[in-house]
Amino acid sequence: MPTLMRRGAVAAAAALVTALAAACAPGSSGDKPAGKAPAAVSTDVAKAGNVTLTVWDQEVQGGLKEQIEKLNAQFQATYPNVKINRVSRSFSDLQKTLRLALSGSNPPDVVEANQGYASMAQFVKAGMLLPLDPYDQVYGWKKRYPKGLLDLNSVTDDGKLIGSGKLYGVSLNGEIVGLYYNKEKLQKLGIQPPKTWAEFDQALATAKGKGEVPIAFGNVEKLPAMQLYGILQDGLADKEAVRRLVFGSGGSWTDGPNVQAAQKLADWSKKGYFTKNANSIKWDDTPVNFAKGEGVFMFGGTWWAPDLNDRMKEKVGFMLPPASQAGAPVATMGGESLPWSITAKSKHADVAAAYINFITSPKAMDVSVETGNLPVLPAPSRQPSAALMREVSAAWGELSRNDGTTPYLDYATPTFTDAFGGPLQELVAGRRSPEEAMKAAQDDYTAFQNKK
Amino acid sequence: MTTAARHEGPGSRREAPDARAARRPGGRNGGRPPGEARGIGWLYVLPALLVYGGFLLWPLVRGAQFSLYHWDGLGTATWAGVSNYTSTWSDPALRGAFGHLLVLVVFYSVLPCCIAFVLVGAMSRTKIRGLAFFRTVLFLPQVIAMVAVAVAWRWVYSADGPVNTVLGGLHALGLPDWRRGWLGDFTFALPAVGVVGTWVGIGLALVLFLAGVQKIPRELYEAARIDGAGPVREFIAVTLPALRRELAVALTLTTIMAIRNFDLIYMATEGGPGNATKVPAYEVYNRTFNTGEVGLGCAIGVTLAVLAFAVTAGIGRLVEGRDA
Repeated sequence: MPTLMRRGAVAAAAALVTALAAACAPGSSGDKPAGKAPAAVSTDVAKAGNVTLTVWDQEVQGGLKEQIEKLNAQFQATYPNVKINRVSRSFSDLQKTLRLALSGSNPPDVVEANQGYASMAQFVKAGMLLPLDPYDQVYGWKKRYPKGLLDLNSVTDDGKLIGSGKLYGVSLNGEIVGLYYNKEKLQKLGIQPPKTWAEFDQALATAKGKGEVPIAFGNVEKLPAMQLYGILQDGLADKEAVRRLVFGSGGSWTDGPNVQAAQKLADWSKKGYFTKNANSIKWDDTPVNFAKGEGVFMFGGTWWAPDLNDRMKEKVGFMLPPASQAGAPVATMGGESLPWSITAKSKHADVAAAYINFITSPKAMDVSVETGNLPVLPAPSRQPSAALMREVSAAWGELSRNDGTTPYLDYATPTFTDAFGGPLQELVAGRRSPEEAMKAAQDDYTAFQNKK
Repeated sequence: MTTAARHEGPGSRREAPDARAARRPGGRNGGRPPGEARGIGWLYVLPALLVYGGFLLWPLVRGAQFSLYHWDGLGTATWAGVSNYTSTWSDPALRGAFGHLLVLVVFYSVLPCCIAFVLVGAMSRTKIRGLAFFRTVLFLPQVIAMVAVAVAWRWVYSADGPVNTVLGGLHALGLPDWRRGWLGDFTFALPAVGVVGTWVGIGLALVLFLAGVQKIPRELYEAARIDGAGPVREFIAVTLPALRRELAVALTLTTIMAIRNFDLIYMATEGGPGNATKVPAYEVYNRTFNTGEVGLGCAIGVTLAVLAFAVTAGIGRLVEGRDA
C-alpha cells in the first residue's frame, strides 16, 4: 500500500510539473507599465479633489522623523483635500519591501528609492518609476539643484547607466562621510585636527602610543569597511576615476591607487589603529562607543551628527577627511539622501509631483535646518545653532563648491556589499592580501558588467 | 520554528491510517467504511485544506517554479532550466554554506543528543528531587523566540561580555589570553553560533529522553543489575535501546532546526565575518531580497526542503528500523 501512495505522489508531482510548464513565467504577466509620460502636467493640487497619497519613507531617526512629519503637516494644511498616508520603515527594511511593493498591482504613490544599480536602476529598467522630466519643466528642479546631485538620481531607460538619461527622483537632505574627532582627547594628546593624510597618520601613531583607540570602527555589516575603504580611495585616486569606476563606465578595481587604498586599510588594521575585534561590532554601536570615549577619531556619515551632538555636545568636532597636501581640494563619498520618486502606477502622479516639490522647496530646507538635519541645498533663512551642525554644514558647503562628492561604492553592483565587503572583512582580519581583496571586487564587477 | 516542525510530525503520521482504512475492502455499505458517505469527509477538511493549500502548497509550487528562472524580482524572468540548481553547487560561497550546515548539524543535533544521553544516564539511576523544575529550566531555551536567544548570546559573546570577562580572569591567573570577538572571528564564529544551537537543543532532547526513560519497566534495570551490569553496561543494554524512538524524534527535530536555521544567523552575524557563518537558509533570504537573485534563492530553498525530507526519512530508517 505504501507503494500505491507513492505512485500517487509521483503522479501528482508529474501533474504539477506539467501545470507549471504551462503557467506563465514570473514577472511576465504583462504588467510592465509603458513609461507613460503625462500629457499635461497639472500643478493645481486643490483641483485634484479628495486624494489620499501613500508615501513610503525611511525617515525614522530622531531629527529626520521630525522633519518629514513637519513637512507632511504643512503640506496637508496647504492642501486640505490631500491626505498623506505615511508608511515609514528603517533603511534596510525599506530596501527589502520596496521591491515587492513596486511589483504589486497597487504600489504606493511616492517612495524613497535608493540610488545605485541594486535599487533605482533596476526599478527603472523594470518600468516601475515615473520619469520626472515633464514635471521638472514646471517645477524647475534642474535649475535648483547642481548637476552632480541630479546625476545621482538619473538613469538611462534600460537601467544600464547611472548619471545620464532621465531624472527619477529628488532628494531633500545632503550627506557626506567625514571625520569626527573627540576634541577633549585631541587636546590631551596634544595634537591638532589633521589637515593632511601625513598629519593624520602621525596623529594615529601618537594616539596608539598613548594607549587610546585611534579609530572607532565596527564592521559586522561589511558596509562600514567599504566606506572606510572609499575614503582612503578618495585620498589616493582621482575623483573622476572613482566616479567612472562606480558607475561602470571605465577603470578597474585592481588599478594601482585602488590597491594602495586597500593596502593602507590593511596597514592600519595591522598597527592596531581600529577598535579591537572590529568585525564583531555593529555599525550602529560605533557612534555609541565613540561618544562613550572609545576612539579618538571616527569616520562616519553626517546622518550621525544630530545624535552625536546630543551625546557629546562641545566635545565632538567634524571635518572633511584630510587632504593629500595642505590646502588641496578633498573628495569624499556622499551626495544626497534617498531620492523621492513617483511610482509608474500611481493614480495621482500630479499630486505626487507637487508633494515632492513641496518637500524639496527652499522652505523645506529651512525645516531641515530647524530639525537638526543637513539640507541638500542652502537654507534661505536658517542657520544651525549647534556647533557640530555648523561644522557639518561648512564641510558640505566646501565639498559642494569643489564638486568633491564621490558615489558610495555599494552602488557599483547589486551584490557588491557581499562580494567586496566580505573580502574587506578578511583584509581587516589579516586573512587576505590587498591584491586578493581587490581582485574579488573586480571579479564581481566584471560579472555584473557582462550581464548588464 | 520548532513548533511548526512539531506540528508536521504527528500530522503526517495521522494520514497513513486514514488512507489505509479508506482502502480496506469489505464492510456492509458495499466496500465503504461505516458511517457517513465518504464525500462528506472532504467537506470537513475543506477549510483546513484551503488554508493549507493557499498558504503552504501554492507558495511551495510557485517557489519551485521561480527556481527555474533567472529573475531579479522586478522585470521579466528568463528561463534558466536547472542552472540555478547547478550554481547552488558550483558557486563556492554557496557550497561553503552547505559545508557550514554540516558543521552546524553536529552542534545542533548530534551534540545535544549526546549530552542529553549522558544526563539521562545519570538521572535514570538516581532519583532527583525537583526533576520537574530542572526539566522546565532546561526546556526553556526551546520556548524563547530564536531572535531573543540571538540577542542574548550576542551580548554573551561581545567584547566585554561574560565569556570574555571569564577568559580575562583566567588570563590574569597566568593562562594565555583567549579573549576575542567571538562572533566576528573567522575561526570561531561558526562554532560560537553552533554552541548556541547546542544550548537550545539540549533541553528538547533531554525532555524527550526523560519521558522515554519513565516508560522503561524498573524490572529491566533490576534484571540487569542482578546480571552484574555496571552503570555503563546498564545504559547500553537497557536505556539506549528503549529510547530509540525518542532519539529518532530528537534527531529529526534538531536536524530540521539546523537546516532551517535562519533567525539566529540573521540576528547574530548576518553570515559574517566574510562568509564564515553563511548557511543555506540565510542565503535563501539574502539572494532573494538583498541581491535580487530570486531564482537562485528559490533553488536553494527547494534544495533545502528536499534535504530536510531526505534527512527526516533517513533518520527514521536509521534509528527506528526499516518499518518506520
